[in-house]
Amino acid sequence: MIVEKDETVPVRSSDDVVRVRREVRAFAVGAGFSLVDQTKIVTAASEIARNTVDYGGGGTLRLETVRLGMRRGVRLTFADRGPGIPDVKLALTDGYTSGSGLGLGLSGAKRLSSEFDIKSTPGEGTVVTIVRWK
Amino acid sequence: MAKKFESTLPTLIDKHQKQLLDGWLAQQRSSGAWTAEDEGDTKSQSTRFLAELRKGTAAGQSEDIQAREWAGVRELLEEVSRARALRGFTPSQTATFVFSLKEPLFTALREEVGKDAQRLADEVWGATLLLDKLGLYTTELFLKSRDAVIARQQAELLELSTPVVQLWESILAVPLIGTLDSARTQVVMENLLQEIVETGAEIAIIDITGVPTVDTLVAQHLLKTISAARLMGADCIISGIRPQIAQTIVHLGVDLSVTSKATMADAFELALRRVGKTVVDRVKRAPSPAE
Amino acid sequence: MEQIPILKIGDCLLVSIQVDMHDRLAMSLQDDLTAKIVATRARGVMIDISALEVVDSFIGRMLNNIAAMSRVLDAATVVVGMQPAVAITLVELGLALTGVRTALNVDKGLALIRRLIDGEEGGLDRREG
Repeated sequence: MIVEKDETVPVRSSDDVVRVRREVRAFAVGAGFSLVDQTKIVTAASEIARNTVDYGGGGTLRLETVRLGMRRGVRLTFADRGPGIPDVKLALTDGYTSGSGLGLGLSGAKRLSSEFDIKSTPGEGTVVTIVRWK
Repeated sequence: MAKKFESTLPTLIDKHQKQLLDGWLAQQRSSGAWTAEDEGDTKSQSTRFLAELRKGTAAGQSEDIQAREWAGVRELLEEVSRARALRGFTPSQTATFVFSLKEPLFTALREEVGKDAQRLADEVWGATLLLDKLGLYTTELFLKSRDAVIARQQAELLELSTPVVQLWESILAVPLIGTLDSARTQVVMENLLQEIVETGAEIAIIDITGVPTVDTLVAQHLLKTISAARLMGADCIISGIRPQIAQTIVHLGVDLSVTSKATMADAFELALRRVGKTVVDRVKRAPSPAE
Repeated sequence: MEQIPILKIGDCLLVSIQVDMHDRLAMSLQDDLTAKIVATRARGVMIDISALEVVDSFIGRMLNNIAAMSRVLDAATVVVGMQPAVAITLVELGLALTGVRTALNVDKGLALIRRLIDGEEGGLDRREG
């Protein structure tokens, strides 16, 4: 995989969440995504960013434009040093419309992404990586 | 292994250009790489290739053809590749454009440095490596353009097979033909929502007569489409429910939570009613005595 | 702190969200709207999201909350102008907008609210998802 563009932004406040949406949009536009695909990755990023702020105690987002063979995509890596998620599988279940629980945004973000990966260690932090291919 | 000496190629090309060109064109013709109607193009491409090759070899290194000094050659090869891919040439025929230069080139090399055996061997070896690289590059380019054409055709096919029709003011119809997979669903949703915006439609009739099977996945895709339309303020009616489909739906326990009708005609009639329209017979005028 | 303006049109309130809201702004909109419904005894609330390019679960929940609260206050909520890309994303996200009716634009939205208030569309009890 070739990385073409690489940027890191802080994700520490709800203002940063707004900024994340803007930055991800710019990357998606730069990668030539259709409007629908742009919206999907920006929305997924918004979900994870909010998680990072609300539950992860704040962290960073690394934005990359990637290329694998003929395919082009955008990879986002959210990292925090928060309390971590004790039960990742539970966090990824659809607790959505019930409006309660931890990590609700994650299952949605997963559905909106081509690839989704999460590594969390209780007491150390969480890293969520998503890729959306064009 | 870096070239330890300056290649004779630039001088060679300068001195023997006509001979190289003629020999090369003859080779290309006999190997079937081009036909009479391509003559003009092939001649100009070959002439330009020799010029670019001369420039590239004069710059000193022929190890890395991706380097800047070989940009001219690469651009020309891109042009040749693309043109031939479009014309329906095979990858081999396209690569032969480069490979067929070998024989005339080696003949010219023998004439030029034939007396120095070691020198000749080195030059031929260097030229072979270079032309092999360039020939392979051509093949890669060819495949890339072909892939791009296929991708574009696939996208066009997907677009064409999901039309959205306006049946009446405020009423749209989406006749689905073939299986409804996730890629198709995306296109259907995009097309349908775009039409809703453009026509201000309040009802969308989704006809599934042409959908061979309805399983859980297809039902989910249908549900997504219905939900998306609803978010845009349009209600959906499903039509074309065959008896087997109706059974499957009940059996699967799927709740489409939308009115469904057996035929598009029924659905259209219902849609008209919902938007407040009625169909009436035209009053027939009694024939006047003169008629 | 900035506020999102809420307009009164007859017995309806109209909110037009023009900015990409951060969470605090969304929460204060929710509070302002609820207070205004009570203050003006509004029967309908129209939220124009035609300028929103992203609606995530937070905003979705905000819309659901507003609809739920107005329902308790006997007012109907209609969301208008959702962009196609947003609708497709919301559906993929799996977020259901419960108790929220939708219309294509402000005109249709006002007509819908009128019908809802006047009880033609089965009143406020019909849920939309």
